[in-house]
Amino acid sequence: MSLLERVRALLGDDAVEIAGGPDAVPRVAPASPDAVALLLGTAREEGWHVRLEGAGTWLPADAPADLALTTRRLDRVPAIEPQDLSATAEAGIGCDLLRQQLADRGTWLALDPPGLAGRTLGSVVATATAGPLRQGFGAVRDHILGVTFVTGDGRLVQSGGRVVKNVAGYDLTKLEAGGFGAFGVIVLVHLRLRALPRADQTFVLAGTREDLTQVAEDIVAAGLQPAALELMSPALARREGWALAVRLAGSAALVAAQEAGLRGASGGRFTALRADEAHGFWMRAAESVATRPVTFRIGGLPDSSDELLDLLQHQVGDEWVSASPAVGAIRWAGDTTVDRLRRLRRTLAGLEVPLTLERAPWPMRSAVGHFGAYREGVGPLVASLRRTFDPGEAFVVAVEGSE
Amino acid sequence: MTAKLLEALVAIVGARHVRTAPAERRTYARDGLPLQRVPGVVVLPGNRDELVAVVRLLAAHGLPFVPRGAGTGLSGGALADASAALVVLTRLNRIVSIDPTNRVAVVEPGVVNARLSTAAAPLGLQYSPDPSSQTACTIGGNVAENAGGPHCLKYGVTSNHVLALEVVLADGRVVQLGSPGGEPWGPDLVGLFVGSEGNFGIATRIAVRLHPLPRAVRTLLADFASLRSAGEGVSAVIASGIVPAALEMMDRSCINAVEDSVYAAGYPRDAAAVLLVELDGGAEAAVAAEATTVAGLLSTHGARSIRTASDAAERERLWQGRKKAFGAMGRLSRDLVVQDAVVPRSALPDVLETIGRIAATYQLTVSNVFHAGDGNLHPNISFDSRVPGLKARVDAASTEIMEACIAVGGTITGEHGVGLDKLRFMPLIFDGDSLAAMRAVRRVWDPEERVNPGKVVPVHACREWSQARNVERGTRNASADVRSDFRVPTSALDT
Repeated sequence: MSLLERVRALLGDDAVEIAGGPDAVPRVAPASPDAVALLLGTAREEGWHVRLEGAGTWLPADAPADLALTTRRLDRVPAIEPQDLSATAEAGIGCDLLRQQLADRGTWLALDPPGLAGRTLGSVVATATAGPLRQGFGAVRDHILGVTFVTGDGRLVQSGGRVVKNVAGYDLTKLEAGGFGAFGVIVLVHLRLRALPRADQTFVLAGTREDLTQVAEDIVAAGLQPAALELMSPALARREGWALAVRLAGSAALVAAQEAGLRGASGGRFTALRADEAHGFWMRAAESVATRPVTFRIGGLPDSSDELLDLLQHQVGDEWVSASPAVGAIRWAGDTTVDRLRRLRRTLAGLEVPLTLERAPWPMRSAVGHFGAYREGVGPLVASLRRTFDPGEAFVVAVEGSE
Repeated sequence: MTAKLLEALVAIVGARHVRTAPAERRTYARDGLPLQRVPGVVVLPGNRDELVAVVRLLAAHGLPFVPRGAGTGLSGGALADASAALVVLTRLNRIVSIDPTNRVAVVEPGVVNARLSTAAAPLGLQYSPDPSSQTACTIGGNVAENAGGPHCLKYGVTSNHVLALEVVLADGRVVQLGSPGGEPWGPDLVGLFVGSEGNFGIATRIAVRLHPLPRAVRTLLADFASLRSAGEGVSAVIASGIVPAALEMMDRSCINAVEDSVYAAGYPRDAAAVLLVELDGGAEAAVAAEATTVAGLLSTHGARSIRTASDAAERERLWQGRKKAFGAMGRLSRDLVVQDAVVPRSALPDVLETIGRIAATYQLTVSNVFHAGDGNLHPNISFDSRVPGLKARVDAASTEIMEACIAVGGTITGEHGVGLDKLRFMPLIFDGDSLAAMRAVRRVWDPEERVNPGKVVPVHACREWSQARNVERGTRNASADVRSDFRVPTSALDT
């Protein structure tokens, strides 16, 4: 029996579509977590190599594999609980659709990941790609109460739960958030929500990077706690110069007080955006990242942000850069080479700054790896974790790279 | 313990810091759980090098060991039996550095939680996680248990604050997890380690995030004529979008225990429940406005009165009553069982009534003092274990309470950990594959399952997992290897 016949027999005809792309890898879209488990259990038995896909708008669908497993039919939202500020969603739901359903119930997932609006929730969680809201609301992992995932040999594993505080068992959720699918395919996510902010204001100031860096420091020193405090390169902000964008969100009283504080800290230099302008500003910045072939993130101490931006400018250019200087997180997008990326990663490692390759064509991913080399002693732990969750090496994920 | 091993331990840490006499070992036979286990030997390394050397020595002898901080944990996680060594970390108590610019502190595991905030305060910073035991418990213990506290509602639990770790694994290897800025270096092994209850190794250095001290604070005390209306008040505040720094509830039994004690805070004795609500932030006007909104919501939901702390001293007094409530409950009876389940916040009114019914059925005194804003319950059952038959009733009531919490979508522990105490409840919320996955992950870090054996994962409930490929350097099957006679208690009270 061919692979396709086997899959059709397992999951039904409608779970299989043939990819139109040049590699013509069969694409399988299981309709339930159990079907994902069934498929991967069979993959283990048959020795199939599987690449994981969501909507196909973030990572290129180009990893060599026997079949592609897409989560796009896992798109239900079984629960939204406004009173508890929690929700449960399947991994294949598009972030735009989820956001709308949440807003209809007065709730908000305070994540603004880079990429197109229809990126799946599973993609955001598996790659841990937070956006500017990381300033006020933390990394992707901080929004995840629990996950259900399927291992490379087809076991369904739950971790965490749907309550906001939980220490029952080891926190495997942390391994899945940002694991790039190497430790399982996420099928269900329990989310921590916020109430939809009563007030939500964005302010932008254009200028030189040096000047804006100082303004950002002043804002932090003034004790303001913005939802976003993002330093963006001219191309990304669509401005003449660099831009510092400040987003204030929360109760009307909180936003009013913060706005007054912002005026005081900056000498009233910021321009307020109308609601539609603000929406467009943040959305364009998120989408622009996905128009470049390569994206990576680095994370250092806040006071090293300026030095790290200099380093990026010097080694790979800084046309498409977005940074949360008060967090020490920087996202870079653009085009570069394997050699440059490796050299940059080595330089950064010397500064104790990790570089995580978020997006690139397969040849670069497989050469450089999402994570590259680990700190001393960590490699064997990661290798062992991979064997634990993918004993047959079914998942085609470029974790370490080939260096 | 062989004489050779004891001699080698003495050679590393000095004779004063190896405790072998029965009376000395009995000093370490308890933590915050009413269970007693006397460790085979107690060793107190004085610095990181000594700690690593001790761990390597124990590895060479294949001896199980249990890391211990201040011993304030409530789940039996810091208990070791006669076949194991207890490695006490209280001498590793240096605050290595505080970096006010980046708001990062690096500490050794034995640093007492409150001491870090005290040290950071002159710099305008605090370490936000504040377990009620913060004046005694250690940051290392907080990391192991992923400890919470009242102010975690707004600021997050320990896991949200740990940026990087240096860890000595069971075999003595030292690994660096995470990065100084908090960005994971590869998979998020820091996040995985936090809350692993000592099963993955011992954190020797801990980098944590500090937060600016709030510039404005309002502390409100609202009292209610029924538990249900207090629970509904909690839901209303949460759904409003205002995130209080803390939102705590105490019921009448707890209120009166506090008011009868030296920690009397002036709580109204006739109230069915009080809510202690704290709002904080960087701007006075915003905090004041939010406090007004919260007071309005609580009034709408039946608060009989709302008192605002007028100064720092009154605020301190209100909090003192809450933080010392567990101590005050010692007045009610000889023994106390503390539970730690979490329920969806909207389920609080129903669950509180259910707990009341269970208490009445079993004719037990149950006092509630808990983190209402997180839905993290602490029903405390007071009893005298010398009364024949009472332990069995307490045990049955505990199980019923736990089952009621799980039935509404809750979990068995929010901040105290599984330890030995809640092993028997793990299969109620995790299936065999999920438990097996946890055990397999534990064996990635500690293939022989020698660190803190017998805790967290009930091995008998794990489905088979392909372990053979998982074990490095030819370690044999662990279940045959573990040299511990730890029994899984069928009850927290099974002493």
